[in-house]
Amino acid sequence: MANYLLIDFGSTFTKLCAVNTEAEDIIETASYFTTVDTDIRTGYHEALNRLFQKIGKQIDFEQVIACSSAAGGLKMAAIGLVEELTVEAAKRVCLGAGAKVDLVLSHHINKTEVQKIVNHKIDIILLAGGADGGNAECVIYNARLLGEMGIKIPIIFAGNKSAQDDISEIFNKYQMDGYICDNVMPKVNVMNIDAARDMIRKIFLDKIIEAKGIKAIENEIDAVILPTPNAVLEAAKLLSEGYLDEEGLGDIVVLDIGGATTDMYSMCSVSKRSDVIIHGLEEPFAKRTVEGDLGMRYSAPGIIKSLSQQEIEFINKEKKVDIKEEVEKRYNDVKCLPQNEHDEFIDLFLAEVCAYRAMHRHVGRIEEVYTPMGKVYNQTGKDLTDIKYVIGTGGAIINTKDKESILKRTTNILHNPSELRPTDPIFLVDQKYIMAAMGLLKEKNPLLALRIMKKYIVEI
Amino acid sequence: MKTIVIGVIGADVHAVGNKIIEFTLTNAGYHVVNIGVLSSQEDFINAAIETDADLILVSSLYGHGEIDCRGMREKCIEAGIADICLYVGGNIVVGKQDFSEVQRTFLDMGFDRVYPPGTPIDNALQDIREDLGE
Repeated sequence: MANYLLIDFGSTFTKLCAVNTEAEDIIETASYFTTVDTDIRTGYHEALNRLFQKIGKQIDFEQVIACSSAAGGLKMAAIGLVEELTVEAAKRVCLGAGAKVDLVLSHHINKTEVQKIVNHKIDIILLAGGADGGNAECVIYNARLLGEMGIKIPIIFAGNKSAQDDISEIFNKYQMDGYICDNVMPKVNVMNIDAARDMIRKIFLDKIIEAKGIKAIENEIDAVILPTPNAVLEAAKLLSEGYLDEEGLGDIVVLDIGGATTDMYSMCSVSKRSDVIIHGLEEPFAKRTVEGDLGMRYSAPGIIKSLSQQEIEFINKEKKVDIKEEVEKRYNDVKCLPQNEHDEFIDLFLAEVCAYRAMHRHVGRIEEVYTPMGKVYNQTGKDLTDIKYVIGTGGAIINTKDKESILKRTTNILHNPSELRPTDPIFLVDQKYIMAAMGLLKEKNPLLALRIMKKYIVEI
Repeated sequence: MKTIVIGVIGADVHAVGNKIIEFTLTNAGYHVVNIGVLSSQEDFINAAIETDADLILVSSLYGHGEIDCRGMREKCIEAGIADICLYVGGNIVVGKQDFSEVQRTFLDMGFDRVYPPGTPIDNALQDIREDLGE
């Protein structure tokens, strides 16, 4: 009998999932607070004890692997040239690799912006700019400024290939921790995600987990192999595409509302229609967006900021609450769980706003253009109208009573014809909170990971 | 190799001439960045910055060229590519207006070359060689 232990060191909780590969099933799951501030092993041991208690005995594991978003996750700065092109491309690569993009910079950067990179405690910089053979001057200028300002954190250069030699020289001259890889946008509007994403993963494993005090755990487990959001993305991709004879679910959207961020993943092609003209940067099949200002606890004030004074007063009157005060309460006590119906009601409302706004920013737009040739449709971003399933994960959705009400906010409830939101999806929930674990398991046994997801991610 | 950004501006979906231009200029040895139909001024300018282009060649076939092209040179100046060559051609205004006046309007708007309806791209090629020095 082979058992795997899959661990997710989250920002708040360390979540364990034990899997039996022969029975093709989950043995048990357990969790405890993440203790990365003191010693990450304490929380892990406590979670492990709880797991063994639930199982009723100690068991051995053939493989123990982990993903992590502890200690602030993977914080990145994305630098590019033009906002709509290489800046956006760099940002998407960071998000696809499971990072939080704390800084987005464009054109020639200045000293204040470089100082921000230091102040924000950025883990990795992704430096892009210029299509291959295009503008090289700007990205060389930016690399030199970073060097002159003594930036020693890892920098990945993924810009114009014609600038590579100059950039290498700058990296050497200023003894920077630099890495060179393929351009994120080799041609205008064409994306090349893989090389830069793999480099981010490699640096995350080689350097970042050690810097964050997560490496200490590696004496006891086999390896930390992915940033958590990347594990979720991999799981979502597998669940959508299927593996060998085991069919996937087709086009899906995954919504993960957490304390600090709201993550939205969509697995589908950009459009199925032949009557639209698609504009802008190429969209990936597996797309992730992260809203750092939308969350249930740390980022709850962001929800208020996104509302106008009139909207706040309307909500207060309609729901008979003081929404500002409620949000303040949650921000000041990020570990608080709903104690009564009133708390649940507020949490539900916050989750609904997160879901609606996150989809608003993730989804593509369409507009009718009247031309002398007749009406044509101009689309930017991804068309999600034909999405089959919207899947909810994360504590805020899993632990609430009215899951459907949150997930429904991803659809076109306000009948806005320009937003290409899911029309009539089926709502599923990751009831056992296993998506990150299954992203890890995919690295070892994709078929098993897929079968377990299909069993435990269930219709509401 | 010199880089030329081409595309069709505004709410205009005439794609055939656009493909012919791409084919001809590529054969003539230029690096052509084709941003396609329904393109805004910003789409042209953004592509030109990223590719370090030498020339932007704007096509407009549906008569609204004057409105669509207004302010484009100013935007280039703002975007740091003040010296880029700007060409425009096609059916750039409505009806049968005197072309010398039309040309004057577009030259005043900061375009370097303005082509009347029905100009074969091969004619423009001569100008491109002259302006880009190749």
